[in-house]
Amino acid sequence: MEWLRRALLPVDQGSEFAKHIDVMYMAIFWLSVVLFFALMIPMCYFAWRYRYKPGRVTPHQTHNTTMEIIWTVIPLILCVGLFFWGIIGYMQFAVGPGESMEIQITAKKWLWQFEFPDGTRAVNELHVPVNKSIHLVMTSEDVLHDFFIPDMRVKRDIVPGRYTEYWFTPTSIGEHVSTCAEYCGKGHSDMRAKVFVDTPADFAKWMETGGDEWMKHTPEEWGKIQYEQKGCATCHNVDGTRSKGPSWKGIWGKMEKIKGGTTVLVDENYVRESMLQPQAKVVEGFDPIMPTFQGLLRENEIRGLVAYIKSLQ
Amino acid sequence: MEHTLISGSITGDRPRPVKNYLNETKGVWSWMATLDHKRIGIMYLVAVCTAFLIGGIFALLVRLSLLNPQHTLFGHQWVTAEAYNRFFTLHGAVMVFLFIIPAIPASLGNFVLPMMLGAKDVAFPRLNLMSFYLWCGGATLAISSMVLGAVDTGWTFYTPYSTTTDGAVGLMTMAAFILGFSSIFTGLNFIATTHKLRAPGMGWFDMPLFIWGIYATGVIQILATPVLAITLVLLLIERVFQIGIFDSRIGGDPVLFQHFFWFYSHPAVYIMILPGMAIISEIIPTFCRKTIFGYRAIAYSSVSLALLSFIVWGHHLFVAGESDLANVVFSALTFLVALPSGIKMFNWLTTMYKGNISFETPMLYAMSFLFLFAIGGLTGIFFSTLAVDIHLTDTYFVVAHFHYVMMGGTVIAFIGGLHYWWPKMTGRMYSEKWGRIGCALVFIGFNMTFGSQFIMGGQGMPRRYFNYLDQFQPIHAFSTYGSWVLGSGLFLTAIYLLASLKNGERAHDNPWGGTTLEWESSSPPVFHNFEDQPVLEHEPYDYRHRTVTHV
Repeated sequence: MEWLRRALLPVDQGSEFAKHIDVMYMAIFWLSVVLFFALMIPMCYFAWRYRYKPGRVTPHQTHNTTMEIIWTVIPLILCVGLFFWGIIGYMQFAVGPGESMEIQITAKKWLWQFEFPDGTRAVNELHVPVNKSIHLVMTSEDVLHDFFIPDMRVKRDIVPGRYTEYWFTPTSIGEHVSTCAEYCGKGHSDMRAKVFVDTPADFAKWMETGGDEWMKHTPEEWGKIQYEQKGCATCHNVDGTRSKGPSWKGIWGKMEKIKGGTTVLVDENYVRESMLQPQAKVVEGFDPIMPTFQGLLRENEIRGLVAYIKSLQ
Repeated sequence: MEHTLISGSITGDRPRPVKNYLNETKGVWSWMATLDHKRIGIMYLVAVCTAFLIGGIFALLVRLSLLNPQHTLFGHQWVTAEAYNRFFTLHGAVMVFLFIIPAIPASLGNFVLPMMLGAKDVAFPRLNLMSFYLWCGGATLAISSMVLGAVDTGWTFYTPYSTTTDGAVGLMTMAAFILGFSSIFTGLNFIATTHKLRAPGMGWFDMPLFIWGIYATGVIQILATPVLAITLVLLLIERVFQIGIFDSRIGGDPVLFQHFFWFYSHPAVYIMILPGMAIISEIIPTFCRKTIFGYRAIAYSSVSLALLSFIVWGHHLFVAGESDLANVVFSALTFLVALPSGIKMFNWLTTMYKGNISFETPMLYAMSFLFLFAIGGLTGIFFSTLAVDIHLTDTYFVVAHFHYVMMGGTVIAFIGGLHYWWPKMTGRMYSEKWGRIGCALVFIGFNMTFGSQFIMGGQGMPRRYFNYLDQFQPIHAFSTYGSWVLGSGLFLTAIYLLASLKNGERAHDNPWGGTTLEWESSSPPVFHNFEDQPVLEHEPYDYRHRTVTHV
């Protein structure tokens, strides 16, 4: 029945928790199928067997206490069983093991910011070591969000003004997608992050350098990758069309009108400032909604982005 | 096709009275200022069906937006994320507040409930009319909020998004506030009517089960709706005066809003489904020509669902930051809901056993209800099981589940009830052939639209998503095609029902051979419902005293 599980749930069972959930899901699925047919087969049979015949006299059956008790008690027993099974599974997710690696998540419209114990930060890209318990501590800077990794079967709301948390142990090496599962406005469905489950060695290397990926690309290419990964694409287009923020196409070397009436030349320093202090000079006609990337971008990433914008003529 | 008109009232058809409630008085004002529960019921029926049309158009737009990941039609992108967010918000708000909550009680209930009790009218006819005008006021505000600046908060108005977004959230919440009072007045009226205006000889357990359902609904309307009103007022106070209640930046708590909101809105789910169940309890014995099985069990399960509905709201917050202990308690309480729902299903099925079953359109809708509500109920078990809920909540699985209950349950029962009482209300028979075709289209379209969403949800497709991963494209497209089938089924139904007003065969007083008192009146009923006070001579659904034959 593995094919059915693959049809009904994400194929990847990327956490210890996931296998448990899937077993439970499939058990309830089959229970429901059995109960559904236990209701529908009699209905169809009665409808056919007792279809209208002129003159047929129907018996006056008002009730049957034994039957009422049976069809109350059997569902009750099933429900009690499922209730306890559900709690056992839930506790794995809600209560953590003694030792785990803590990662802080800050969610805001519309990006994810991850912070590791040593201060390493990343945007929309979460690296975790395989087979190690991860403890997520999450808060939001604006509205409700929800960190949902379908492959790992984990989900919890992120609430401004307080911390929510959960634990999971990733088991499947490779790339996974996390999504926002609590409605948060126009960028809600674009608020995705990549979750990379690394071998311990790869993870240690990533923590040290932020990866060596940047050396394999030209600055323009590297900037384009940052544009897609760091959430720039949520608000900036590169084809000249207006989005939540100005398009980057043809912007390099232009004089831009700034809120307040002045103008500014789009050059290296302005682009850098716009990433690190976005509220300083907001282009006229746009809302000051961009979050700061101070401390979130490495030097190589800023250089790449500048080169990429320069290339969009 | 066999001619399916059935006669069989004990008294037989009386000569048709010249005057009835439709032609007793004439002119627009005679309707606008009427205190007759039947006319108010008809006005409500027109009103809620209009709301259903508007909400349905938004639903089709939502589905159309998701037809492909590029959101294109004929090669052009036609919809933006902002527009999509408004579509689903308005779909939800219109369907919940303007349509489903008042649909059955205020339209069919208003018409039928006093007649079933053998009464001339409801206990407070003026309050009844006022309830209708409050609905109109609320609807006007809701529609002006769409025109003036569409709301994009989702129908749930979750804070802090709803306190910070632009758009006419204030107007929309005022609309919901006023509509709440309309609902309270209806519930209050029906409770008083049930207590005071039963026909001579009618004890509590001699009432039709429809009354039990509407009565239980009334209890919830009175007790739960004020909480919504208070919550919406607090929301407005926060928006206008910047007093921190729900917004954490100024000292409030967003999760508090969710508690308040669901403390109303979960019971509201039962305001929606109990009247649907109430209609099914009428249709099944009539078309099986057999007494209902387990009368008291069904009556008590309506009341226990009403009471349980107040203590399960926390299951909407399993992943929202509620304590683990609260989650466990709410999970246990939620499982209890399965019992009375199951009891009803079993009793309805047993009523069919050894019946004499004919398949006119109302019965087809009742059997569709049993099919769809079984799925809606069973998929609820996935959510009450805590560990499984974590994966499925906030995905399309939830969307599918509650549409199976709300649309597959309530709306299907509403349409079934509309066909069932159509001859009584209008004095005309609808076309049975088109009725069956319409029912088949609705049934197939509904299952295409929402059955497919269970699969998407399980695979991890979150709800309220404008852009989605390409892997979901085929299922999204299939769901959208289903919505077209469903839409055309409903459109067809509207057409033949309206056509029957002009061309329909004249209805007998008791075309289906029903046993409850409303069938003792003429079709359409006279102004005061009955020529003289009907007296209850036997229990409801007692088929020993009559033979029912096809004409």
